Formats: sequence, structure tokens, C-alpha cells
Amino acid sequence: MTFKQARWEEPVIIERSSQGRVGFSIPKIDTSSVNIPTELLRKTPPRLPELSETEVVRHYVRLSQENYGVDLGMYPLGSCTMKYNPKLSDRVVATPKIQDLHPVQEDETVQGILRILYELSQWLAEIVGLSKVSLQPAAGAQGEFAGAMIMRAYHKQNGELEKRDEIIVPDSAHGTNPASAAMAGFKVVEMPSNRQGCVDLGALSASLTPRTAGLMLTNPNTLGIFESDIIEIAKLVHEAGGLLYYDGANLNATLGKAKPGRMGFDIVHINIHKTFATPHGGGGPGAGPIAVTKELERFLPVPVVERTGERYYLDFNRPHTIGKIRSFWGNSAVLVRAYAYILMMGRDGLEEAAEAAVLNANYLARKLSRVRGLELPFPEKLRKHEFVISAAKMARETGVTTGHFSKRLLDFGIHAPTVYFPLIVEEAMMIEPTETVSKQELDETINAFSRISEEAYTKPDVVRNAPANVAVTRIDEARASHPKTMQLTWRQKTRPA
Amino acid sequence: MSEAHPYIPNSAPRIKKEMLKEIGLRDVEDLFSDIPESIMKNSSLQLHPSRSEMEARLQVEDLLSRNVSTREMTSFLGGGVWPHYVPAAVDEIVSRSEFLTSYTPYQPEVSQGMLQALFEYQSMIAELMGMEFANSSLYDWSTALGEAARMASRVTGREELLVPHYIQPDRLETLKTFSEPAGMRIVELSQDRRTGAILDEDLNQKISSKTAGVYIENPSYLGFFETGAKRIGELSHEKGALFIIGADPTSLGLFAPPGELGADIAVGEGQPLGNHMNYGGPLLGLFACNGERLLRQMPGRLIGMTMTRDGISMAFTMALQTREQHIRREKATSNICTNEALCAVAAAAYLSLMGPKGLERLAKTIIANSEYAIQKMKGLEGLKVPLFEAQHFKEFVISFDRTGPTASRVNAELLKRGIQGGICLGNQFPELGQSALYCVTELHTRESIDRVVAAMKAILEERR
Repeated sequence: MTFKQARWEEPVIIERSSQGRVGFSIPKIDTSSVNIPTELLRKTPPRLPELSETEVVRHYVRLSQENYGVDLGMYPLGSCTMKYNPKLSDRVVATPKIQDLHPVQEDETVQGILRILYELSQWLAEIVGLSKVSLQPAAGAQGEFAGAMIMRAYHKQNGELEKRDEIIVPDSAHGTNPASAAMAGFKVVEMPSNRQGCVDLGALSASLTPRTAGLMLTNPNTLGIFESDIIEIAKLVHEAGGLLYYDGANLNATLGKAKPGRMGFDIVHINIHKTFATPHGGGGPGAGPIAVTKELERFLPVPVVERTGERYYLDFNRPHTIGKIRSFWGNSAVLVRAYAYILMMGRDGLEEAAEAAVLNANYLARKLSRVRGLELPFPEKLRKHEFVISAAKMARETGVTTGHFSKRLLDFGIHAPTVYFPLIVEEAMMIEPTETVSKQELDETINAFSRISEEAYTKPDVVRNAPANVAVTRIDEARASHPKTMQLTWRQKTRPA
Repeated sequence: MSEAHPYIPNSAPRIKKEMLKEIGLRDVEDLFSDIPESIMKNSSLQLHPSRSEMEARLQVEDLLSRNVSTREMTSFLGGGVWPHYVPAAVDEIVSRSEFLTSYTPYQPEVSQGMLQALFEYQSMIAELMGMEFANSSLYDWSTALGEAARMASRVTGREELLVPHYIQPDRLETLKTFSEPAGMRIVELSQDRRTGAILDEDLNQKISSKTAGVYIENPSYLGFFETGAKRIGELSHEKGALFIIGADPTSLGLFAPPGELGADIAVGEGQPLGNHMNYGGPLLGLFACNGERLLRQMPGRLIGMTMTRDGISMAFTMALQTREQHIRREKATSNICTNEALCAVAAAAYLSLMGPKGLERLAKTIIANSEYAIQKMKGLEGLKVPLFEAQHFKEFVISFDRTGPTASRVNAELLKRGIQGGICLGNQFPELGQSALYCVTELHTRESIDRVVAAMKAILEERR
């Protein structure tokens, strides 16, 4: 496969500006009577570009061509579940029937969207095996924050919040876990994982104290290995008076196979933009609904979508709620996409997705472990949706590191894996192929890995100097954050190189 | 499944078998043998069977068709999400699948398009707000305010935030949720019942060495401008507190931006910049600040301009990542990871099309239209409009206190005539009596305004 990304050398848009050009058209009405007190007026106009529509469209379309997306090819970014986004989901939300709905319209005018949101929350509760769902969180991390706030409310209700001020987070957890726990006012206790990235029951017992508010965990873990001791882990946490939180980043592997609720989790967040195939938009918007046990329902953020008979409504009357966590009711346009996706997939499609995601991961793991210089830790263990491979041997033998290797993958039209995470594996590459790639693509990926390995052992500079075929060559990242050279807007004077 | 699935290429039975064989397994179930049986046997999904695309599409379209959108009825709702025209070019740009289907730009060399667009967004928001730095988005105005409060507390080591009484309820509630675990207190400032201005004596009384920040909105939730903004900022600084301003970006082509009023942090809602209302989400949290000291405490992603290592080309990448959760973990400035990047691209495209002239025209058009509505409504007996005597933008309060029906009754009657009235304020601010917040933008034609005025007249007369 040969790949060349567009390279436009497109200037920053302000440099294209020409005084007097316009890209807008607003109805011509008489505004001569508009008379604003001078002290309220802006003194200096904002320095925004003056361009025609043609120029603006060309600029951004050129930029889009310098951006790699799932529609272009393999995107095996571990723990990010970059699966293909079915086009129907985008089509169904491209209508005034959702785009032009205001969130505080009278209930009778929004029964369609409310029903969609209600049914989606029922489906998600079933999928994760818990009692009730809030669709409000804007993203996974906000789901985590809401979940940690629910832990707070739960312990407060039990008169234990003063005492229970610690949340345990494994050292292999996603960075959002400790950050969310801290935002909710907890101290974070980092728990060492065992070599497989799994919970060490001894370390867990040692971490659990009367101060424990809860444990945040993802299962399968960040190495893609299923925590087989999960029932025991849940028992230990619950016996210590804590709650068990499920980070849904790795949910894709478990659909119809291991519901978090059945594993003993009390609170779950779901990354809609991962498991339920909504486009990630280059960093968002996503959605991060949370699901909870019956006991914790009362604490969910307001409002919750409810129904009486055939009438759907937003319920704000929840006295024990943690309150509001954002404006209005949730990222509806994202949630409707997920509704369309689950509608199409059904139980059989979702189970098939989990199976194929796991099959693809194990196939790729097995094949890549045979590539010279790469090692799969614990080769005897099954993987779930993802796996971590180490380039430590290659780095020692050739000087080609995971960093170099991943940049060279870009030249083959393959997005790099998540790199140097988790830290428990040296020179880690965390790879999640998802269910939406074909065997042919997997084989092409394996070929690319083999070729890069061969390059590493024969002409390592080709790998070290990668990428060569994409919009720009290797970037000076330090310069972007250095106080002397940092430039975050075009307001700052460009600083000399 | 017996047949292959359209999004799951390897579900074709022959391929599946071949792949299983290559890894030495007989059956798909063998892939899940590490899951305890007690979990597995209770985990099958009780959901509907899969549906074809055609069936799913018809079902979703049927449900959505039951909504009555603001295209089908004249609506005067605003208050945090506002109806504005979204240029066709903006929708087209954010539909580019290279943008739409990409992840966070962790690999900058293949993500230059998104990174450059976000750098441009940061630049435009900084320009618009009159501030030095802007981040590349937060979830919405409410969470931006919550983050601003926590940031003010971190920077000053203090725990109180003063906020205006007439603040949008979601913003206040979200602010409380965000600030409570940080040990912060929210203190409300009284506002003049006639002009809406924050009362000097009340502010003087409440501001202290505990004050981390003073927050005002300009224009306010109820549409009026705070004329004492500069003075409030000066007082905040005298007391060692940060000055935080929330602003509506569509006003900023004409009105003084937070930076010119002395703000240290500016927040706002970016939805009006090329993003549809979408029943309230996704939205776009604007966040800007001044000075490197605050920059280091800023939540959210920042994109920086840099060079390729060979020094030949301009390039973009994420900057100051050591503030963020993936590096700093529990010591991060925020937990935010996934944000609203594509909404930020929409805003960049929108602002590029509008330019400074377009934004100024937009603000003037909004004022002309809302002034027209105010003047027409003034002609109705018993209505007090606007309730506050001040310069307004986009929104204004109508008082029905001296008319017969309640505000919600008026709305119910309007709805019968195919008009969605403004937000009833009775529950939010009981002291404002029977009142509603009306929003008028560039989308409201003179005819639609005449229609609501005629309908109101009929409703009020009928009730007499």
C-alpha cells in the first residue's frame, strides 16, 4: 500500500484576509436607528479574517485533507475504540427536527426526541446490566466526575463522607480516573497492578481501609486482559464499605458477554463515541452517560427522562440528586446517533461486534508477536478488544523506539497505536483494531509492521526520520510549549525561531 | 449470526473460521473462556433483534417527525441556547469526514488539519474576547464557569465566588456542583430591580479577602448590560480577586469584550457561532484568560504553532500538556479529555465567514429586531417591556403582572396559535412576578414578530 497525505502548506487563515471581502449574507434591514451608548461599545474591532465563502471553504477543505480519519483507514488507537461510524447515524440527525429544537420547548412539541432519549437510556441500562441511566454527561470524563460525585453523595447520606475521602485507582488506569476523583474532592490512592496489569488482590486488600470511598476500574484492563477475579474484587470493595466504578472505555469487548452490573460494578460510564460508533469529531463532541444500581438512582444528576403512559417528560424533582453537571440535558445530537446505531445492531449485532473485536485483537496480537523485535507480554493469555505489544527488544537492538515505529506507521497510511501507555509495559504500543476492519486490512497492517521491523534492522534511519509521506515531517513538540517560543494564537507576535 | 454484518467485515463465516484457525481456536466462544461463567450466563442482551438500515431509518425519522421544530413554529426561546442562522458552508465543512471521523490529534503529523483549525479557533476566540489566550473548547458555558471558579480558587488560594443574582439557573447549579467539592462557596450579589446593575453597596459588603473571583455576565441572562463592569473589575483587583466575565459571542462584534472591561478570565457559550441548537447539546464552552500565570492553570487542550524539527515548515501540535489529566493525573488542572473540537471548527468556519464586519452587522440586526419587538409589545395594554431599564441585547423580560393571565397561561395560548413563547421566569425568580424572557435574533422576521404581538393582543383581550 502506498500512501501520500495532502501537503498544502496552507497559511493560517488570517494571512489570507483581504480588507473588504465578506463571506456572509444577512437580510438587509435598516439598522440606522441602533444607537448604543458609547461606553458599552467595543474600542478595537476583533482581528478576524475578511474572506469570501469560496476562500473559507477551500481553506478548510484543504485542512481536512491534512487530517486522518476513520473513513480513510486503520485507526488502532488503543482504548479509543475507533470503529467505523455508520453513515445512517449522521444522516438522521441532519434534520431541523433535531437541529432546530430548543431544549426548553413545551413537552408536547418534543415527544419524539424525549422518547428516543428514554428508550436509549433503557437500552444502555440493559447493556451494562444496571438499573438506571443519566444521559447528561458530555463525555467519558464528565461521566467519571458525575460518578465520583454520586459516591460522594452516597457516603454523605450514610454520614461517612468525612471519613471516606479516598478513591483507589490502579496505576494502569486512564489519566481521567484520578483527575475526576480529585475534582470530586477525593484523595487519590494509587494501587500497584500486578505484571499483567490486573488487580493484585493482596495490594487491593492493603489499599482498602475505612477511608475508602470506592475503586475505579476498567475491565478488560488496559492490557486487554479480563480481570477474572472481578467477583472477588467487588466483594472486597463492598465489604470495605466502598463503591465500585466502571470506566467504560473498554466496554466494546464485553457487549452481551460480561455486563458490568453482573461483575459487581455500582456505577458505570459509557463512552458513546467509542462503543456506540458516533464520530469523535477530532476530539469531541462525545457523550458519557452513566448507569447506576437501584440503590444509587436517587443521586443521578437532574433531569432524568421519564414517562407516564405514553407521555415523556424531564424529571427535575429529585431531592437527592447531585445536581446539575452541565447546561440542559445532554449531547442529544450525539445520543440520537447512538440510538440509530443500537437500533440497527440489535442484540445480535452488538454481540457480534464484541466477538469480532476480540477475534481481530487476538488475531493481530498473535501475528504481530512474530514480528522481529516485537514482544507480546503474556502470550498465553487471551486478549479482549485490545492488546499491548512491546518494542523494547527492537529499541535495544536497533535504537528504533516505539516513538519512531509509530511515526513510520503513518507513512503506511495506518494511524499509530496509543504509545507509551500503560507504563507497566516498556516501549508500549496499545493496539485496538475494533470489529470494523477486515482481515485484509489486518494483514496489510501486519505487513506494514513487518516491513518497518525489517527497516529497523537494516536501515534504521528511515524509521527514525519518519514520517515522510504525510502533511508535515516530524514536529518539534518542545518548541510548542517552551515559554520563549510558545505561540497559542495569532494575537501573539510571532516569535523569532 | 448466520449472515455477515455490514459493519463487521470478518463476520462472514468463512473468514471468521479461517482467522480462528490461524490462532488455534475452534470457536468464537473460546475467545471468552476467561470470563467467569457466573458472569457470562447472566450477560446476554435482552434487546430487539438487529434491523436493516432502511427499517432503522424509517423508525428514527418517524420518531423525530413527532417533534415540532422552531422552523415550524415561531419561537422566542433563548436563555443559554439561541436560534441563529448556520451558513451552509459551515455544515459542509464540519461534515468533511476527515474532520468528523478523526480522534483527538495525538499524532500531530497526520492531524495538521484539525490542529490548525483549532489554533485558528483559539486565535479568533481570543480576538473576540479581547483576551490573550483561549483554549480549544470546554463542554459548554456552565462547565466553563465551573472550571473558571475552580481556577480562580487555585490561583488565589481563596474559596468564595461572587455571582450575580440574575444568573442562568443551569449555570448556577452547575457552578455549585463543580465548586462544592473544591470547598468553595457561591455568594449571590444583589442587582438593582430597575436597571439590573449590580448594587455597589452589596458588592462592597460581600467582597473580602476570601473572594477568589467576581463573576458577571455581559449581557446578562435577562439580556441587559452591566454598566458598572469596569468598576467591578477594578474593585475585584483591589481586593486581590480575579474578575471573570461571561459573554455572548454574537454581541462582541459591537460591544466591549471582556478583555476591554478588565477581565482575567472570560467564558461564554459558542453554540451561536455556527452550531445548531440540537435540543441543547452538543454545546461549545468558550474559555479565555490573560497572563502566563493563569495560562498555566488553564483547563482543557491548547494547540500551539511550532515548526517541523528540520525547521522548514510551520506545524501545529498540542501544547502545555503537562496541565492535563493524561500526564498530570490527579494534579491536572481539569479532568477534561474529550471536548467539543468539531463544534470549535464550526465556530472557526463561522467566524471566518462573518469576519469583523459580519459580526458587527449581526449584532446590529439582532438589536434592531429585538427593538422592533419591544416597541410593538409596548403598544399592548398592561405589558411592561422590557422590565429592566437598560441597554439590551437579543433578550428582554416581559412582565405580565398587570395583565390577566399568568405567563405560563400566555405560553399555552400562544402554543395553540403555533407560537412558542419565551421562558417563564416565575420559578427561577419569583420576585419578577408573572414574567417571561423573550429572545429575538436575526432569524426573526418582522412578520413573525407582528404575528406574536397580534396573538398576544388577542390573548390578553380575551382574558379581560
